[in-house]
Amino acid sequence: MNIEAKPRSPELSVEDPFAAAFAEEDVRGRSLWVDAWHRLLKNRAAVVSGVIMAIMLLMVVVGPMVLPWEGDFTDWDNTSSPPSLETKHWFGTDAVGRDILVRTLEGGRISLLVGLVATLVSLVIGVTYGAIAGYYGGMTDRVMMRVVDIVYALPFMFFVILLMVVFGRNIVLIFVAIGAVNWLDMARIVRGQTLSLKNTEFIEAARACGVDHHSIIRRHIVPNLLGVVMVYVTLTIPQVILVESFLSFLGLGVQEPMSSWGALVNDGAQDMESAPWTLVFPAAFLTVTLYCFNYIGDGMRDALDPKDHL
Amino acid sequence: MRQEGLLRHAAVRLLGLIPTLLVLITIAFFLIRMAPGGPFDGEKVLPPEIRANLDANYHLDEPLLQQYFRYLGQIITGDFGPSFQYKDWTVNELIAQGFPVSATVGGLAMLLAFVLGTLIGTVAALRQNTAVDYSVMGVAMLGISIPNFVVAPLLILGLAVYAGWLPAGGWDWSWQRMILPVITLALPAIAYIARLTRGSMIEVLHSNYIRTARAKGLPESLVIRRHAFKPAILPVISYMGPATAALITGSVVVERIYSIPGLGSYFVQGALNRDYTLVMGVVVFYGVVIVVLNFIVDLLYAWLNPRIRYSEAP
Repeated sequence: MNIEAKPRSPELSVEDPFAAAFAEEDVRGRSLWVDAWHRLLKNRAAVVSGVIMAIMLLMVVVGPMVLPWEGDFTDWDNTSSPPSLETKHWFGTDAVGRDILVRTLEGGRISLLVGLVATLVSLVIGVTYGAIAGYYGGMTDRVMMRVVDIVYALPFMFFVILLMVVFGRNIVLIFVAIGAVNWLDMARIVRGQTLSLKNTEFIEAARACGVDHHSIIRRHIVPNLLGVVMVYVTLTIPQVILVESFLSFLGLGVQEPMSSWGALVNDGAQDMESAPWTLVFPAAFLTVTLYCFNYIGDGMRDALDPKDHL
Repeated sequence: MRQEGLLRHAAVRLLGLIPTLLVLITIAFFLIRMAPGGPFDGEKVLPPEIRANLDANYHLDEPLLQQYFRYLGQIITGDFGPSFQYKDWTVNELIAQGFPVSATVGGLAMLLAFVLGTLIGTVAALRQNTAVDYSVMGVAMLGISIPNFVVAPLLILGLAVYAGWLPAGGWDWSWQRMILPVITLALPAIAYIARLTRGSMIEVLHSNYIRTARAKGLPESLVIRRHAFKPAILPVISYMGPATAALITGSVVVERIYSIPGLGSYFVQGALNRDYTLVMGVVVFYGVVIVVLNFIVDLLYAWLNPRIRYSEAP
């Protein structure tokens, strides 16, 4: 390792001390992840989006704790009051005098949480399903992928709505229902990657060493899918947040006193003529979040797979 | 040779659609039946005799499996049955009333999206990595990111409430009332199509036959129109299948916000009221539309793409 790394490090250290430091430690690691990271950092839209999302996350987590209002507190002196510094309602209040800023931030907690958890659900299902189908191949693969094809053709928004209507508006169910809708793409992509991975030398070596199938999938296939999966996760989060807001907008999502951006937009749309701020602020938070996640996802895709630009 | 292969491919595809529809019907049927409550559980409690008569009349007293097969037999003849909630209406009549409205709004939106989307995408591709490209694509990303339930109230607020140019909602088949819903539905589709077109157009423009066409001395506009456009819109075509199906069967959100009497509103209403036949009717209808549109898209794709030869074994 030292012999290989040495002739490279002097020239690298001139351009980029970090890359050189990294090369000293691990020659192989630099090629994929560090390159991708550098490409991502060069993508200005993605970096700006990442910073905005970090700020958003901080606001959503810390905001409700430090702001002077409680989310369900009704300020009877200031109902439907416009944004102002004097009343300390910076984003104004809704028809029953609740502070829009606090409610927006608390709704953001739910929206982002749904985004993360539902994505996690779809991640687990999709990766497991896709890796098994791709690794075992043959008949298993054909049957499993045929199932995906059929499920793919079903109008899933209908099923989510049906599920919500049938089993009530329960927040855990929202996570599961949305996650269960979104795993199909993940399964397809993971399967494709697994197909190309399973004939590589290191998998063959593992098999020759007598490692069982289960461990090969878990220890050798899945870790190598990480790049593609990460890109897909970033693109799934905004989709999931959108689905949840859509359900909440229809009144099928989270219920009072809990709130999410979709539910807040719905409330705001009801009295937007008299109090437009109740619509504009939650809508802006939701849109900015979706916008940033889409840009980060795009940037990561370009960084990890420069050929495939949509 | 190619024609024959195409026909056989079409037949195979059509046959493959049947299991998809069957799965769709089965899941929807049992899902809605698993829901607590039924169509006659209103606020007024019915006397048991009347209730029993009603159930018998609609075959709700039979075992579920028997009802399922009865329903399958019934929809094969194209009969969706009577609606539980809208008395004196059959589901067929409700769909016949709602679908033309949804299809008009959705069809116009898709048309607008296709024309504008491909135009914008092509312009961006031709000016790749310039300020024009970045700003156009930034706006397109915004179109994807803003949900339609945000766009719709904002459009109403701006154009109907403040400016007063257009009516805020309602439906009477006049073009004034169509503008806002059509724009709302078209915006994300425009953005999506523009992104797809840009990506594939850039790829096509780098290919050898485009270089040849340019080398022949063809003017750039002709190169784009005659040689680059057709292959470049292939991904757009495959996107348009499911997207068009979703648009013409009615967007729940847009129909609710603009008070349009389309199919989408029937679905949510039907599900909330346990109007079994109406929900199933809309689901089956939607399934058929999506399946037919995917089929058309498939054929269109084959026709547009000279590299696909269905006569060869897959």
